[in-house]
Amino acid sequence: MRGDAKYSGVARVVHEWALAEAIADYVFKTAPSAKRVRVTVRLGELQAVDEGILEFALREIMKSEGIECEVVLKREDCVLKCRKCGYEWLLKEVEFGEEVREAIHFVPEVVHSYLKCPKCGSRDFEVIKGRGVWVEEVSWE
Amino acid sequence: MMVAQGDPRLAVIGRRLARVARVVPVMSSKGGVGKTLLSCLLALALSERGARVGLLDLDVTNPTAHVVLGADLSKFPEEDRGVVPPLIGGVKFMSVAYYSGENPLPLRGWEIDNVVREVLAVTIWGDLDFLVIDTPPGIGDEVLDVLSYFPKHEPLVVATPSPLTVTSVRRLLKLLTEAVKGELIRVVENMARDNSSIIADLARKFRVGFLGKVRFDEGVDRAVGDIDALRESRMYRDVSMIAEKLL
Repeated sequence: MRGDAKYSGVARVVHEWALAEAIADYVFKTAPSAKRVRVTVRLGELQAVDEGILEFALREIMKSEGIECEVVLKREDCVLKCRKCGYEWLLKEVEFGEEVREAIHFVPEVVHSYLKCPKCGSRDFEVIKGRGVWVEEVSWE
Repeated sequence: MMVAQGDPRLAVIGRRLARVARVVPVMSSKGGVGKTLLSCLLALALSERGARVGLLDLDVTNPTAHVVLGADLSKFPEEDRGVVPPLIGGVKFMSVAYYSGENPLPLRGWEIDNVVREVLAVTIWGDLDFLVIDTPPGIGDEVLDVLSYFPKHEPLVVATPSPLTVTSVRRLLKLLTEAVKGELIRVVENMARDNSSIIADLARKFRVGFLGKVRFDEGVDRAVGDIDALRESRMYRDVSMIAEKLL
């Protein structure tokens, strides 16, 4: 499975680590002197980030900096809307192959390379919600 | 209690570029002036001279640098706490084409910005002497993102000796000289056919550097996709002289 690094400690370390570093750097810049933080991260369904790996990586990075961190991850369903005909649909209604899912995992916008509006066939649609990683809240005292 | 929210990717870009000594975005507001070929050949020439070089194709909706380099898109780049750009011809090469393949990738402005943020946030460049960036024509999202997200850069403006290009590039130089110190901006004349000084004069007018001419090479297209053949081209020899001036 993706991100076996968490479990084996020797397998390749997946790119969720890079996203965890981004969240950590965001916390360091936002709350530079905080020693206890609570981070709420919204994870869009489209990017299909592995929650376990992300949380593990984020805790490891925070621990290495001597910061006690409570991590809250919230999944957000992906909703798409056609800009041409206005049709709205859910990502859950779409079936992708493994290769395509992997490509979208790295760069969610490439969904436009592999998906069209189910009603009118246009690729000019937008991801209304559920794209990727977003820090919903960092709180500290 | 204090609270904040935002996009974490912007926070990590500085870390990703921390070990990149010099960033050279290859720009031109005019299309068809040879930015992609010049970017690729410049990266190869710098690498051949011993520099550690990365090449980022930032023409998000229409990437073609992989075609020039003959890059294999059949597998994704390796992961190691991020995405590790494959080494091609001695150059660490990153492109969204690894993920979009040769499919259309029609994107609106904010989506392009999202791609740029994502790629910059997850790409692990490591130690580089140069990061060369191929940018699309125009003064749009990718160009503005380069100016915003890269803490330091040395734009290399590509111009051909035509009145249309001069008019177009003048606008870009006006923008760049408002944002970047003049001594860090350089102009190259590409597809030069004669001893016209029109581009050198333009550079002088804006008080930016002029690195010289790259002669029109009608045979270079036949070498596309073959790095050895590209290195034999007349264009590569001319671009190598540009690379020498950048070192």
